[in-house]
Amino acid sequence: MSENPVFAQIKQEVDDNDVVLFMKGTPMFPQCGFSAAVVQALSTIGVKFKGVNVLDDMEIREGIKAYTNWPTIPQLYVKGEFVGGCDIIREMFETGELKQLLDEKGIENAA
Amino acid sequence: MHVQQSIERKLTESLTPDHLEVINESHMHSVPPGSESHFKVIVVSPRFDGLNRIKRHQTVNAVLADELAGPIHALSMETYTAGEWQTRGGRTLASPQCMGGAKAEAG
Repeated sequence: MSENPVFAQIKQEVDDNDVVLFMKGTPMFPQCGFSAAVVQALSTIGVKFKGVNVLDDMEIREGIKAYTNWPTIPQLYVKGEFVGGCDIIREMFETGELKQLLDEKGIENAA
Repeated sequence: MHVQQSIERKLTESLTPDHLEVINESHMHSVPPGSESHFKVIVVSPRFDGLNRIKRHQTVNAVLADELAGPIHALSMETYTAGEWQTRGGRTLASPQCMGGAKAEAG
C-alpha cells in the first residue's frame, strides 16, 4: 500500500470527508451513467458528499482501482471505508441499507 | 471474438451458478453496433454464502480479470445466494443508460 504515492492523496480525501464519491464527471454534471446513478441515490437520501472527478486526474483514476482492489469507477467511501461501486450502492439504496449505514455512522441525511 | 461466451464459460466453471445471466448491454452505450464492451451479469451461486457484496463482486472480477483488462469496458453485476434470489423472486435492477462518456473521453 505504501508504494504508490497517490495512495496518500486518496487516503487524505477519504479521511477528511465523511462521504466521498470517486466518479466520472462532477455531481452536477456526471459524465457516466453509473456515476450518475450513485449521485442520484445520494441526492435522494440528502447526504452531503464530496465528488472527486477521476477524469481530471489520471493518477487518481488508476490509483483508486489499486487502492481498493476494485476495477471500476464510481467508488463510494463512508468514513474512510469503501462501501461499493454503482451496483452495490444502488442495491443498498433500494433496500434502505445505505441510509441505515449513514445513520449508524452518524452522518446527517434528509431521508 | 466472443466475449459473451467466454464470460459465460468462465463464470460457469468457477462459480457453479444455480442461475446465470450474461447480458450484452453495449447497445445502451455509445459504441459501434455489435460491440462486446458493456456487460451485465446476474449470478446466483453457493460460492457467495457468507460473503459480503464487496467480496462477491471481487470474486467475479477475479474470474473475469482477463476480460476486464481487455475487451470489457464496463461490467455491472448482481450477486445472490439461492436463498436471496428466491426472496427477490428473480427480480433484477435496471441498468443505467450511458451519458456519452465514451464520446467525451476514450475509456
